[in-house]
Amino acid sequence: MFKAGIWIETGENGVKEANFGVITAARGHGDAEIHAFVLDGNADAYQDALQSYGVQKIVSLGTDGGDLSSKPDLQAAALAEAVNHFEITAFLGLSSARGRDLLARVAALMDAPLVQDCIGIDLSSQTVSKSHFSGKTVATVKINANPFVCSVRPNTIEAQIAPCQCELIEYRASVQDPGKLAVKEIEKSRTGAVDLTEANIIITGGYPIGAAENYNLLQQCADVLGAAVGASRAAVDAGYAPHSMQIGQTGKTVSPKLYIGCGLSGSVQHFAGMKTSKVIVAINTDAEAPIFEKCDYGIIGDLFEVVPVLTQVLREQKS
Amino acid sequence: MQIYVCVKHVPDTAARITVVGGSGFAETCKFIVNPYDEYAVEEAVQLVKRNGGEVVLVTVGKESAVSSMRSALAMGADRGILVKTDAQFLDSALTAQALKKAIAQDGTADMIFCGRQSIDSEGMQTPFRLAQAFGMAVVTDVVALSVNENQAIAEHDIGGGATEVLQIQLPCVIGANRGLNDPPYPKLPQVLRAKKKEIKQVDIADLGLDLSFPLTEIIKLEAVPERGKAKIFEGSTRESVEQLVKALKEEEKIL
Ligand SMILES: Cc1cc2nc3c(=O)[nH]c(=O)nc-3n(C[C@H](O)[C@H](O)[C@H](O)COP(=O)(O)OP(=O)(O)OC[C@H]3O[C@@H](n4cnc5c(N)ncnc54)[C@H](O)[C@@H]3O)c2cc1C
Ligand SMILES: Nc1ncnc2c1ncn2[C@@H]1O[C@H](COP(=O)(O)O)[C@@H](O)[C@H]1O
Repeated sequence: MFKAGIWIETGENGVKEANFGVITAARGHGDAEIHAFVLDGNADAYQDALQSYGVQKIVSLGTDGGDLSSKPDLQAAALAEAVNHFEITAFLGLSSARGRDLLARVAALMDAPLVQDCIGIDLSSQTVSKSHFSGKTVATVKINANPFVCSVRPNTIEAQIAPCQCELIEYRASVQDPGKLAVKEIEKSRTGAVDLTEANIIITGGYPIGAAENYNLLQQCADVLGAAVGASRAAVDAGYAPHSMQIGQTGKTVSPKLYIGCGLSGSVQHFAGMKTSKVIVAINTDAEAPIFEKCDYGIIGDLFEVVPVLTQVLREQKS
Repeated sequence: MQIYVCVKHVPDTAARITVVGGSGFAETCKFIVNPYDEYAVEEAVQLVKRNGGEVVLVTVGKESAVSSMRSALAMGADRGILVKTDAQFLDSALTAQALKKAIAQDGTADMIFCGRQSIDSEGMQTPFRLAQAFGMAVVTDVVALSVNENQAIAEHDIGGGATEVLQIQLPCVIGANRGLNDPPYPKLPQVLRAKKKEIKQVDIADLGLDLSFPLTEIIKLEAVPERGKAKIFEGSTRESVEQLVKALKEEEKIL
């Protein structure tokens, strides 16, 4: 039997939504038995959610080497041991900041093939697709060895329900932390903010936003939409937004269902980070702006006029 | 400090990519130093300025990669090692092994800097494999770094607007992200001086690696078509916004 394993990323609100797309991708192999690996000790709380997407076994990982919660190397060692122990062929996870880090550590430890940020996966033929050249091309990559590791770009594979009964397993890995790396602290700059790379909807303000406070205008609209707020590099360089909000080649890569770009010229480097969005909307004062040549819907107008009206209309329709 | 910086030679961010032969591309476009690697070079150069030592660039690439290595030397690195291969896309595990061999043959690293990712193949793994090969600790996506005697403190973004501060034992591998520093444009004298700096060339075949079995290989490369022209909504601001919301609800079924 083909066994797929998934590292489950959890946060304050439990299992992150985007995991369900990864589980769905793993089910693409008709005959796969799906294992979910949980590191935070709360596996039983996630049982309902995970089994409704077809997870057959939830493995709650612990170690003899101490608390797993904030030790990247220990987590990786425990996962690598579990992948071997449960004879996993395909080990998958989210291509989030955490996921890319953790999965790369696991693949390096196992000397296993790794493809990060996959946008398509065919487990039967061991081929995956991913962006090359910042979204200008898509590469099909053949994976030549087992087990292998893939991270999946959030939101690129639509989650589909497939209820089953799952079994809870405790597994203690006999690994130690090499002790070369320790997390000193975690700083939350914006609590409760929707994570850009996992957001279903993103509204981005470019250079014309003009001041950091003006992002509030976008935030208000984002609040109604349940969206995250992004920025262009020009806006980041001008000091209007932190780099953590930057989308593009040298910022974050996102793939939401809806991307609303306000005051963006449509630069190649910005598009590198959001080109795979499902629907792209542009709001720009200039009818000739390049962005209107490569998006789905457009409104020619000043973002300072259009965005408040958009917020208003969305609020009215909600109530 | 003996610092090695892994620098990749990649097509310019704004270059048009023309696919040729199904899985390759026309390499006639402009090539540059991988943008993230510039932050790596700058950080290494600043560290050596403060602590003394040497910054050595290591590149796995074609002979043409020398041009990017010269640009990185102009940023203040001391010399370079080019591991010559004839493939632009080499499996990441092999690349990491080649980098490891080249570094280990040259000296003893106190730190190794990489970029967080290459912008052509977007592998996002070389620093981790390199660290594993050396038995070092690794942190990537680093936006702030301070280095003492035998440890470094690095900060990186972990999503959701949160950053994590890590303590790392030296020697280690650091993957630089934008935000780590702000590399200045090299001035003409630096560019001229860079032309005289040593770039040692070694052939990848002479490193004793098994090149016959790549863990991954690209079997197809396809251009992604741009979306066409936008559908523009006309009328007053309110009218156009209402049409937009309607389209997102009824046609796209998003809202
Ligand atoms: C190596 C490299 C990496 C890069 N990486 C990135 C990256 O990761 N992310 C990124 O974003 N950029 C990146 N860039 C920069 C990129 O090339 C552009 O310079 C940048 O994206 C432009 O930002 P912008 O669209 O916000 O601003 P501008 O180019 O200034 O465009 C502003 C647009 O808004 C319109 N406008 C003006 N006023 C208003 C208003 N009141 N309401 C509505 N519209 C208005 C204008 O008509 C114009 O089209 C990179 C560049 C390089 C060289
Ligand atoms: N061929 C190469 N030569 C030198 N350094 C490389 C090479 N490939 C990757 N690297 C380094 O590893 C980092 C991450 O690359 P990647 O894993 O391909 O995304 C890059 O930013 C470089 O610092």
